[in-house]
Amino acid sequence: MAESDQVILTMTGISRAFPGVQALQDVDFNLRRGEIHALMGENGAGKSTLIKVLTGVEAPDTGVINLDGKEVQVKSPQHAQDLGISTVYQEINLCPNLTVAENILIGREPRRAGRIDWKRMNAEAREILLRLDVDIDVTRTLGSYSVAIQQMAAIARALEIASAKILILDEPTSSLDAYETSQLFGVMRKLKSQGTAVIFITHFIDQVYEIADRITVLRNGKLVGVYDTAALTHLELISNMLGRNLVELENVSKSRTRRAQSFSSEPLMQARELGSTGAIEPFDLDLYAGEVVGLAGLLGSGRTEIASLLFGIDKPDHGTLTYDGAVVRKYSPLASIARGVALSPEDRKAAGIVEDLSVRENIVLAMQASRGWFRFLSSAKQTEIADKYIKLLNIVTPSPEQPVKNLSGGNQQKVILARWLATNPQLLILDEPTRGIDVGAKAEIQKLVVALAEEGKACIFISSELDEVLRCSDRVVVLRDQEKITELAGDEMNETLIMQTIAGS
Amino acid sequence: MAQSNSLWRRFTTSQVFWPLVALGLIMLFNAFFTPNFFKLEIKDGHLFGSLIDIINRGAPLMVLAIGMTMVIATAGVDLSVGAVVAISAAVATVLINPALGNTLIASDKLVENVTATPLPVVILAALVAAALCGLWNGMLVSRGRIEPMVATLVLMVAGRGIAQLITGGQIITVYYTPYFFVGNGYLAGVPFTLFIVAAVGLFAWLLTRKTAIGMFVESIGINVKSSFYSGIDEKNIKLLVYTFSGICAGIAGLIVSSNIKSADANNAGLGFELDAILAVVIGGTLMTGGRFSLLASIIGALVIQSMTTTMYAIGVPAMAAQAVKAVVVMVVILLYSEQFRTVINRLFARKEVQS
Ligand SMILES: Nc1ncnc2c1ncn2[C@@H]1O[C@H](COP(=O)(O)OP(=O)(O)OP(=O)(O)O)[C@@H](O)[C@H]1O
Ligand SMILES: [Mg+2]
Repeated sequence: MAESDQVILTMTGISRAFPGVQALQDVDFNLRRGEIHALMGENGAGKSTLIKVLTGVEAPDTGVINLDGKEVQVKSPQHAQDLGISTVYQEINLCPNLTVAENILIGREPRRAGRIDWKRMNAEAREILLRLDVDIDVTRTLGSYSVAIQQMAAIARALEIASAKILILDEPTSSLDAYETSQLFGVMRKLKSQGTAVIFITHFIDQVYEIADRITVLRNGKLVGVYDTAALTHLELISNMLGRNLVELENVSKSRTRRAQSFSSEPLMQARELGSTGAIEPFDLDLYAGEVVGLAGLLGSGRTEIASLLFGIDKPDHGTLTYDGAVVRKYSPLASIARGVALSPEDRKAAGIVEDLSVRENIVLAMQASRGWFRFLSSAKQTEIADKYIKLLNIVTPSPEQPVKNLSGGNQQKVILARWLATNPQLLILDEPTRGIDVGAKAEIQKLVVALAEEGKACIFISSELDEVLRCSDRVVVLRDQEKITELAGDEMNETLIMQTIAGS
Repeated sequence: MAQSNSLWRRFTTSQVFWPLVALGLIMLFNAFFTPNFFKLEIKDGHLFGSLIDIINRGAPLMVLAIGMTMVIATAGVDLSVGAVVAISAAVATVLINPALGNTLIASDKLVENVTATPLPVVILAALVAAALCGLWNGMLVSRGRIEPMVATLVLMVAGRGIAQLITGGQIITVYYTPYFFVGNGYLAGVPFTLFIVAAVGLFAWLLTRKTAIGMFVESIGINVKSSFYSGIDEKNIKLLVYTFSGICAGIAGLIVSSNIKSADANNAGLGFELDAILAVVIGGTLMTGGRFSLLASIIGALVIQSMTTTMYAIGVPAMAAQAVKAVVVMVVILLYSEQFRTVINRLFARKEVQS
């Protein structure tokens, strides 16, 4: 049997330019039936753009797409679906105001006598989600759930398109915990065995080795190569992606001696019996200048809720919060920023970027908000600040004037980080700061967090990647079911113990 | 060469480009079909002509469009501006009326060229009344969390009643000549209204672009939640833009009542809210909020006014003029819709491939 029989899709000589950016240049890509094919590359390498060309969101400048041996011109995402291509885009594009069930089955609602059969629709949606082992109330609006649940709903929606020959997943696991990820992998393997071809984009090297058969690597919009996963070492893969060798990637904090628990000074922030009904049970927490505190726990365990309380997004209905020795009375982001607290939120699209504003404006936004209406940063000053952080965080953008929505996902994440670093906070709360960020930059950001702590800032680090939390933190607060269970420090800070505590065994 | 190329590019991609094209098309039409359209005369040291007429007549609309732009940029809308025009006109004329406070007064006293209240106080009172109206809208929207359309509808309906109460149900005519200067006067040979528009426009530009307010307005219009997380004071920004829109309506009310030398609670500023919204839409600011351009909205207002003037000039009956306007609205909305543009782009792209 010839190899070409198995090939379901080839893309040849694909190029796509945006003003100031050659996003794709003469890229070839092919996909076989029943394989899981990882697409890898740094932030801004062109992965999402390649997917958008394939699914008709963007038209290629040049290049040919062959599907099932026939040349096709994909005109629109709808057309792609009709061709049997089912896609989960990097930015979740569902409707937060509709229910979960509606989102999953929109356009394919079960009907009875011409009218939508709501009962059956909810039951079907529930069942599809249960296949991913997500057990939630599907009649609630999607927006009321966490990013991870929204991501699962997006995946469920894509899976529901039964006739799909090709399933595309653009960074589906960036907001998922280990458990949801394994659930997703189970479904992917099943689809693979049924002959579906899967394109899988991620920045998690381990996940690629766990599930992918082949890897295509892009760099700066160009094809670097196609490899069999088994024949490529981790280091080779990384150096192919970055175009340089990255030593010491694994051990950011090896050089760092963890601080002992003995802080002589007063805590910077102190929560006593702080809680909010329905969100987080009352908890105590002390934060000292110069330390990084990690929050670990499963989805919905209350990590984000703690961050929201400490930053004044939500108001507590229980307990007290003290900052710098004074009791906090005003709970609002503005008041928090004025105190020197910053929160880089989990949901980049809904609560982070302001799409049509430029990179420059997005970076200075919080800083300007704290200065008020009239102490306006001159445009020269704004550009200076923007340039500084574009350089510091290596943000890939043709200019600071580029609307932030045109940046790649990982670069948007960096812009949000820049916005909060620019406020020069004393306490920095980072909720999934490395979501969608490539391996190289991830290490840079972890280093940055540690450096900030060494400068005397306090930091709360939230991540669904446990090893990342362990690497950066001086101690770890473990959460389960919206409740603080315990704090672990020193020798207790190891993956096994934390996992056990999280699971409650 | 490359320099001028990029300048041209910046111009064609800027928000004022399409409104200017529309204005240009109307002017072109007039060059062929309306005799003497571009003729400017100097009579008694004042400029006269159709073009001057457009600017003069369009002044209230331009002022309204400036205020409306900021409201729409926050993803809101102000339906009450027409009614506020009536309130401001009512306040001003009533205060001027020599019969103020007297129940019985001889009619020859009424038509005397005097005012019951000093002119600065008249103007200030009308503007304060209008500002209070705007503040009310702003409170409903920002504190009451009511949909802007519904919140401003309240005053749109009730406002004319309030104006009726102020005028006592009468059409009040003004005979005080210094007041006429506001809407009919000339300064250095140019209509005084032009100076008013320029002053309001300049003030609004300074307010939005030389402070952080413009950026905050756009940020709120694009993504409220992200703005809230970034510490932007959404409520007060909204309060500000609705109040400012109210003040703009107050200024427009002064111009209108001075222009026609009277105030009619039922008809002053009738339909202005829709023209103002249309001006902003033609100016390319999206109804969903976000990026805005004051200049583009002012040009949008000129487009509407020159359309109206042109149709009167070539003798289109008033009813038909409304229909023509409706068609133009449709075309504009289509042109600005992303979906429609994609379709057009694809059509052209096909042709290029084929040829
Ligand atoms: N609509 C657009 N307008 C302008 N530039 C764009 C647009 N879309 C993408 N780009 C640019 O194209 C490049 C490739 O972006 P793409 O989203 O494909 O990156 P990516 O590999 O998916 O990165 P990430 O890992 O961060 O998601 C980036 O430099 C980005 O700024
Ligand atoms: Mg991407």
